[in-house]
Amino acid sequence: MQDREAGELLLEKRFSIEGGNFIHAGGVSSSIKKILKDIGIRSEIIRRASIACYEAEMNVVAYAKKGEVTFRVTQQHLQVLFKDEGQGIENIGLAMQEGYSTATDAIREMGFGAGMGLPNIKRNVDHLNIESMVGVGTTLEMIIYT
Amino acid sequence: MTLKDVAKLLNAEILICEDGCDVEVKTAFAADLLSDVLAYAKEGTLLITGITNPQVIRTAEMLELIGILVVRGKAPDAETLKLAQTKSIPLMVTKYIMFESCGRLHRNGVVGCVESVPNARS
Repeated sequence: MQDREAGELLLEKRFSIEGGNFIHAGGVSSSIKKILKDIGIRSEIIRRASIACYEAEMNVVAYAKKGEVTFRVTQQHLQVLFKDEGQGIENIGLAMQEGYSTATDAIREMGFGAGMGLPNIKRNVDHLNIESMVGVGTTLEMIIYT
Repeated sequence: MTLKDVAKLLNAEILICEDGCDVEVKTAFAADLLSDVLAYAKEGTLLITGITNPQVIRTAEMLELIGILVVRGKAPDAETLKLAQTKSIPLMVTKYIMFESCGRLHRNGVVGCVESVPNARS
């Protein structure tokens, strides 16, 4: 999915996410945020990337067994891939609608599951690509131009 | 008004405040739904919430909020306190309910970080 016009790859990192671990949820997004700060990305871009990554990370924790994150920085953009093994999304179109949610009570008690996650990711990134297979998992790719 | 003034006004107990308690509070956002906080709260805002799990600190970290005021006297759990300390996010608890906390702050010049949301939900 690498964009040919993205320019030279400056940095690539991989992280893993443990499904169901709400205590440590957000750790990957926190690491990505720190890297972006360290390499001097503009604060507005960092903010958008942090929000989008955190929402995506919470989705993996809430709905998947485990997930892998690949984070790339090129000269033109940030690319973050979230690939999980989990329940998948039955209807991506519905999942993109604000307010639509399949969250359990446990997720709602945490303060999530309002059906705002995917719409909020979309609002914060320049490109969002979601592929999902029910019972297998979901791959989410986001790109933000720097 | 500073975070310290907020604590004084609401009889709040300051649990974590490494260095930020003199920071100026101009705007706030109040919600128990972190999804809504992530969608609407702006950088540099005080978060007023009843959520006490570690995700409230993560949310504040991602959005670069200036602090968290927990309402209804709820005690944050140990993991939350630890994370707030690590991330240097000011955290305080008041016994006032959310409505009362918001009212007192607004009366003292703190306004919403947004007045309303751009689009009504479907």
